[in-house]
Amino acid sequence: MGNKSTFKLFLQAFKMSLTVTNLSKQYGQQLAVDNISFSVEQGEIVGFLGPNGAGKSTTMKMATSYLPPTSGSITINGLNVVEQPMAVKRIIGYLPEHNPLYLEMYVHEYLQFVASVYGLTKKETVKRVGEMIELCGLTKEQNKRIESLSKGYRQRVGLAQALIHNPQVLILDEPTSGLDPNQILEIRKLIKQISEQKTVILSTHIMQEVQALCDRVIVIHQGKIVADDLLKNLLTGKKEQVVLVVEWDGAAPLSAIESISGVEKVEMDKHLCRITTQMSDEVRAAIFRLSTDRNQALLSFKVEENTLEDIFRSLTITSAAV
Amino acid sequence: MIHVFKKEFNGFLHSLIAYLVIGVFLTAMGLLIWVFPETSVLDYGYADLDTLFSMAPYVFIFLIPAITMKSFAEERKLGTLELLLTKPLTDWNIVLGKFLAAFALVVVALVPTLIYYFSIVELGNPVGNIDTAAIVGSYVGLLFLAAIFCAIGIFTSTLSNNQIVAFLLAAFFCFLSYTGFDSLSSFAGSHALLVKQFGILYHYESLGKGLIDTRDIIYSLSAAGLLLLFTKVVLGSRLW
Repeated sequence: MGNKSTFKLFLQAFKMSLTVTNLSKQYGQQLAVDNISFSVEQGEIVGFLGPNGAGKSTTMKMATSYLPPTSGSITINGLNVVEQPMAVKRIIGYLPEHNPLYLEMYVHEYLQFVASVYGLTKKETVKRVGEMIELCGLTKEQNKRIESLSKGYRQRVGLAQALIHNPQVLILDEPTSGLDPNQILEIRKLIKQISEQKTVILSTHIMQEVQALCDRVIVIHQGKIVADDLLKNLLTGKKEQVVLVVEWDGAAPLSAIESISGVEKVEMDKHLCRITTQMSDEVRAAIFRLSTDRNQALLSFKVEENTLEDIFRSLTITSAAV
Repeated sequence: MIHVFKKEFNGFLHSLIAYLVIGVFLTAMGLLIWVFPETSVLDYGYADLDTLFSMAPYVFIFLIPAITMKSFAEERKLGTLELLLTKPLTDWNIVLGKFLAAFALVVVALVPTLIYYFSIVELGNPVGNIDTAAIVGSYVGLLFLAAIFCAIGIFTSTLSNNQIVAFLLAAFFCFLSYTGFDSLSSFAGSHALLVKQFGILYHYESLGKGLIDTRDIIYSLSAAGLLLLFTKVVLGSRLW
């Protein structure tokens, strides 16, 4: 029995692309990452979400063997990052925060340099550089110096260098920060396109990005994981408080609403009536009945959705207070 | 290592640094050897290249730190060091690649001074009356000196992400290691020779006599090696 479960664990670990166990990082007095554990399955796209300074980048830096962890371990495809850094570096593609690039190099030259560092042969290098330039839409820019490129194109160069050796695991630290809305959409499309057969971990503080790209979200706050769930569970799973926003034709019948069972709070926000409840279905039905009984029309009726932004705020603010 | 070396060396050629270093070095040396009356070989009357070998170290004290100051300081500032360190390269690959690129640039700047040698061979009376052994020894000494200076520059470049700080530290330590020990030895009394031997000047002069002594070679190689080891340790500590 004991053996069987160990074997199961082993199998599970084998399937895992990236496993982080009790990872901590201390900078002087400050605990940047505080004993976090999570694992990412092969082929998953995981969003690493958190406010600035939450420890997202630090975690990624440790996963890419740039920073040594204070304690805990990280394994990527079964390889320990601290013990086998070279093997790990070969299978990951990494786009660091702020996308550092050698600005004085030409796009072509830079990609060739990166390819050669990964040990690609001359023939492979030429092939891969060509493919990456095409994939990342850099055909027109390939003979320019990186310093003369716009931010969006630089980001494409950053992605191209992260992808050049066809890595199994892709770690992207804020891939769309500082881009304009059009560029953000393009980069997202590109990430979506390249992430089909890869494990992708991307950090961001933009909620829409997570909604657009990720299957799973890990919310990190003050170095701790405060949520780790599939996106759809996070969005729908919480059957807690719901706010109904109702606009009445004429004055809202406040006392009548308050007497509906299940209503916790009724507030007037200008001419909108905000009703807080935990029993959304029953209360909504009761309000419609009330409206027909009183012969007072409802001009608008909206259920405030539990958006990721709200979840994020509630997770990162409540835990700050604790 | 070869990839980092190529990238660094191409970086020198892309920017003006390579041309400036070579240009400044050759102009300074040319003026000192052939034009300025105090140091000119033509006025001096003896067919040797002492001016080159006594002045070149002082020019290197400023030029080599200028070559090496950006190697780690700039990469740290721009964040590209993170890029380099997360590629499948060992810390040694990066340190040695950068060191060799800086050293190669110095060698390229030195090669044209061979013309001075051939000129003086022709100017001697009788033609060819020159102490070739001493000149070969001096060139070897100068190469070792340049290697130590490059290692000092690479090391100080890891200490700060400010290039000016890296430059000043490197220039100071180059100066200290070149003549500092020699000057300090006068305080050392009976240990004067020992203190002198810590400095580069002692070994440089000894090689300049045309005698290529293994002690001097071992001194130079271990000094450069030790500094590169320090560089690797600082780089490995990720203290930033």
